[in-house]
Amino acid sequence: MNRDLSLLIGILVALLAVVLLWVFHSTLALDPGQRLASLAMERLPETGVSNPVTAVLLNYRAYDTLLELGVLLAALLGIWSLGPPRPGFQRAGPALAAMVDWVVPLAILTGGYLLWVGGHAPGGAFQAGALLGAAGVIMRLAGHANAGLPSETWQRWLVVLGAGVFTLTGLLLAFTGYGFLTYPPGQAKWLILLIETAATLAIGVTLAAAYVGGRPQPTAPPPPPLVTSASAEADR
Amino acid sequence: MDLILLLFDAVLLITLLALALAAILSSDPRRAVMLFIAFGLWLSLVWARLGAPDVALAEAAIGAGIGGALMLAAARRAARQQTSDRGEPS
Repeated sequence: MNRDLSLLIGILVALLAVVLLWVFHSTLALDPGQRLASLAMERLPETGVSNPVTAVLLNYRAYDTLLELGVLLAALLGIWSLGPPRPGFQRAGPALAAMVDWVVPLAILTGGYLLWVGGHAPGGAFQAGALLGAAGVIMRLAGHANAGLPSETWQRWLVVLGAGVFTLTGLLLAFTGYGFLTYPPGQAKWLILLIETAATLAIGVTLAAAYVGGRPQPTAPPPPPLVTSASAEADR
Repeated sequence: MDLILLLFDAVLLITLLALALAAILSSDPRRAVMLFIAFGLWLSLVWARLGAPDVALAEAAIGAGIGGALMLAAARRAARQQTSDRGEPS
């Protein structure tokens, strides 16, 4: 039974591969023709940003990015529903702690830079948010059980900030007669920057909270060092 | 010059495929995750070579970095659950 099943799965996967190869081949054989790229580049000055990737993500296809933020939010809710997180790692030794003191502010600074530079060069909210999340991961690995995140109430607000600001901006634009997430010319840059800033914070907090791996606990006093090291030993 | 670039691309692609296969075929989850992180970093090189620095940045930061950290944590949790299911002291 089990072998038949794996044989069936193998045949189905092989068929899927054949279909994909055929699609790939017919795409290559097809004449390129008129694509969207030239159209997108033509209207680029009206988007408020000069980086075409950011223009697509935050202007032409803004609702796509909004839905991505929704996916991240749903993933974090799923993780929080699994219960409290495991105890964190042992507190870092002096050498690692000194390195963390340098790396975490640098990661946050680089995140801010990536957010700003996304308007005219490679960068953007997701990369910047990933760096913020990485700062949280480093803090947790260095022994901060809550990865440097604020209290649960604050985390909840920050986590919905991205999708919230995005949706509110879109609805506000819709009510003022421009259409959902259709930016008025001249204000596109600042609206995009506002949305991206909120999205960066939300992504950073979401990723760090996902790494903590459980619903945030009410801030407990730090356990005595002996217990911490014992639980961290078991944690490895 | 073209030949050198072609050679470079061939090395990129073959290593990428080898890393992917190694990650899939590895029986130990922890090892598989580490190979997957290496795969993600290598893939970001491929994106950069294709002239897509945005995707390369996202792949390195999210695909390899945060995704790898999350999967390592999950593998550790799964391994511990297995040992406690067998009744061994954790």
